[in-house]
Amino acid sequence: MQAPPPGALAPRASQFVPRLLIGVALALTAIFVVVPMAYIFHRAFAEGWRLFAANVLEPNTLHAIGLTALVAVLVLPVNIAFGIASAWLIARFTFPGRKLLLTLIEIPFSISPIIAGICYLLLYGRQGLIGPWLIAHDMQILFALPGIVMVTLFVTAPFVMREVLPLMQAQGSEQEQAALTLGASGWQVFRRVTLPNIRWALLYGAVLCGARAVGEFGGVSVVSGNIRGQTNTLPLQIELLFNDLNVTGAFAAATMLTLIALVVLVMKTLMEMRRG
Amino acid sequence: MTPVNAPASTRRSKRVLPGFGLTMGMTLTYLGVIVLLPVIALVLKGAEIGPARFFAIATAPRTMAALQLTLTAAAMATVFNAVYGLLMAWVLVRYDFPGKRLLDAMVDIPFALPTAVAGLALSALFATNGWYGALLEPLGIKVVFTIWGVAVAMSFTSIPFVIRAVQPVLEDLDPQYEQAAVTLGAHPFTIFCRVIFPAILPAFLVGVTLSFARSLGEFGAVVFIAGNLPMETEIASLLAVIRLEEYDYNGASVIALMLLLIALLLLAVSNLMQAQALRYKGGGS
Amino acid sequence: MKTYLIAAALAFGLAAPAVAQDKILNVSYDVARELFAEINPVFAAKWKAESGHDVVIDQSHGGSSKQARAILEGLPADVVTFNQVTDIDVLAEGGLVDANWREAFGNNASPYYSLPAFLVRKDNPKGIKDWDDLVKDGVQVVFPNPKTSGNARYTYLAAYAYALDKNGGDQAKAQEFVKDLFSHVPVFDQGGRASTVTFAEKEIGDVLITFEAETGGIAKEYADKGFVRVTPSLSLFSEFPVAIVTENAKKAGSEAVSKAYLDFLYAPEGQQILAKHFYRVYDEAAKAAFAANFPEVKLVTVEDVFGGWDKVKSEHFAEGGILDTVFVNQ
Repeated sequence: MQAPPPGALAPRASQFVPRLLIGVALALTAIFVVVPMAYIFHRAFAEGWRLFAANVLEPNTLHAIGLTALVAVLVLPVNIAFGIASAWLIARFTFPGRKLLLTLIEIPFSISPIIAGICYLLLYGRQGLIGPWLIAHDMQILFALPGIVMVTLFVTAPFVMREVLPLMQAQGSEQEQAALTLGASGWQVFRRVTLPNIRWALLYGAVLCGARAVGEFGGVSVVSGNIRGQTNTLPLQIELLFNDLNVTGAFAAATMLTLIALVVLVMKTLMEMRRG
Repeated sequence: MTPVNAPASTRRSKRVLPGFGLTMGMTLTYLGVIVLLPVIALVLKGAEIGPARFFAIATAPRTMAALQLTLTAAAMATVFNAVYGLLMAWVLVRYDFPGKRLLDAMVDIPFALPTAVAGLALSALFATNGWYGALLEPLGIKVVFTIWGVAVAMSFTSIPFVIRAVQPVLEDLDPQYEQAAVTLGAHPFTIFCRVIFPAILPAFLVGVTLSFARSLGEFGAVVFIAGNLPMETEIASLLAVIRLEEYDYNGASVIALMLLLIALLLLAVSNLMQAQALRYKGGGS
Repeated sequence: MKTYLIAAALAFGLAAPAVAQDKILNVSYDVARELFAEINPVFAAKWKAESGHDVVIDQSHGGSSKQARAILEGLPADVVTFNQVTDIDVLAEGGLVDANWREAFGNNASPYYSLPAFLVRKDNPKGIKDWDDLVKDGVQVVFPNPKTSGNARYTYLAAYAYALDKNGGDQAKAQEFVKDLFSHVPVFDQGGRASTVTFAEKEIGDVLITFEAETGGIAKEYADKGFVRVTPSLSLFSEFPVAIVTENAKKAGSEAVSKAYLDFLYAPEGQQILAKHFYRVYDEAAKAAFAANFPEVKLVTVEDVFGGWDKVKSEHFAEGGILDTVFVNQ
């Protein structure tokens, strides 16, 4: 961060304006960002530690935690591979339709996840395009793990690519070209040159992708079927508990996701420091 | 979003690099199976409805009301985020104060926090018996189950966009023009309006567009706080879900297609502006 | 990432079946959550004693039409326990349920029944006694979206039947009444339980209209809030039909346990649990044991007032039907 000349803007004025601006910024952030997050813990623990522990260890909630983790574990490697491949493709080659491809990859980012869910229903549902065929062949995609994973893949598609691509473009391909000239194989070049160069951006993208995968709600809610202890991810479990009139339980489940969010924040901050 | 400005001089040597077929194959497979095929299913469904029926559903009062509410609330949220984001970026770049690093990290909470969790917390806070709601009620301000609630939820989930778009540009700003203006005795506010703001404007607009797009698409946080009142607080994506649950597949598809179109339009606008922002920035560095 | 894996291993380890077991998915309406949470373990114990098999009963709850649509789209339900005949008819039309499903179990495949009733706030400050009181100025009524919730469709039909009864069968006046009633609803949730949350947790509205069973359960659950149950002078006999989703059950080999599960709802033990949860039952012993749960009420049926479900479907619920014209749903 560039150190600004102190008082560059207001050499004659007092410290009043900066203090006011800082104060307003802090107050707004506290009201709109910090308090809502703190409130989740407040409500989760409002009736004591014991009830909190009981709520978190409730088998259906535990299963939701496991399922959410499983979805993230399945989504991440696929998304990372796709992110690297698409970034490599777009950064290193020119071909017709390259810009279109980039826009297509970014669709999920600006589209409501609900629409993703509806699209999946229209494709894989029993009344959908290929649903009847799937059902005839005993393949359960909707209302089961595959559907949840695929919708999550849809929603998180651009995350890794968006972090890796700018870096690949900025670094250019000279190092890779040089390595090739020296006789390295493509795979060696990727492992020894490309990967080390993009590793922080890659990790950063993976963290964002993971956070999004864990928290996805709208799209998954359309294709999950809400089977208790079966197809409820953690965000869906929160809604379910809320409607079970177990509000404290809902907030307890929410703390799990909030903790993940905090871990993500810490990792992100650390990585930004590493990246300089 | 993503700058695409590979140096043209390396074009010829590009094909020397390996992996074109492999990465193209991987990208198209993923994109095709995960993204395009489902979207095509939606488009086919829309085409099946026929233009007259499509138009009738799209212009039905409830559809229009939902779209209008979604756009209005997203605009309200974006205005707030534009002002707050500009302020935050300014404070984070230009001033030093204790806790600045922490404040900087806090900005990303809305991206890290799942939207359903945010919705749960916000609806409880703003409920008439919640911390904020109890304070606002005597003032006659009702947030939950009104358009304000929708706007609050949308605003929360898209807070970081403007800040993160403006911050780096503000950091890279060449101080010499500013200093010249100071030397010439210009008022700080004039300097901001005449020198600084024009320089950060392209990045600012990109942030605003992204914030608006995200607000339009937000679902999880909004449904907890909005109250689904038809014609009043029902956002478009919720109406699509309701149509689906009513077995009205045509209705759901039409609304989904309209939202898809709006999203694509915004994506195009933002990409265009990004290109411009890069050109602007490129001049300096 | 390691913690993810451990958590996943833990959760799936806990859920992993230790012995061969039966498994059914009961897809049900929204407010049946507590009911089946109590019934399932009792049935599981009974099934274990009878067949020697463990049985896992999975539950999915939501607005019953929404649930029916999910099953049509491929949600692998073995049995459905719904609150509306039409929602099972849809499955029968889709070929998932036998066409003669109403004859497969007793009492028209409806092991218990209930009726739309009111729940009001402590000491009934607005003096709500009957349907007429709901449309008075300043009264806010909460019930779910009749397009997605069977519960709300009963409320709509009950209000309609009441107005017909009062106005000597005048259809126009009845439509006016339900239209007026809709205008007093501040929020239409997707399912019955969401409306309960709106009324009880978010403290919106003066009256909650939902099944009598839900008003009883909620009054008990929120005893500290002092909600008062109000039974209107006239209400609608609300069936809770059940069926085996034959197509799915056949595939999963769960027909026997599915049938036993639904039979259990008719058995004395099941009927006792149902009555305890404020559902009206046919078993005399259960009726007597929980008589205090069920105040006197004049009940009319869909057959009497509306000429049966087929007619209701075509006249009221079809696209552009009476419901569409009176509900703010253009």
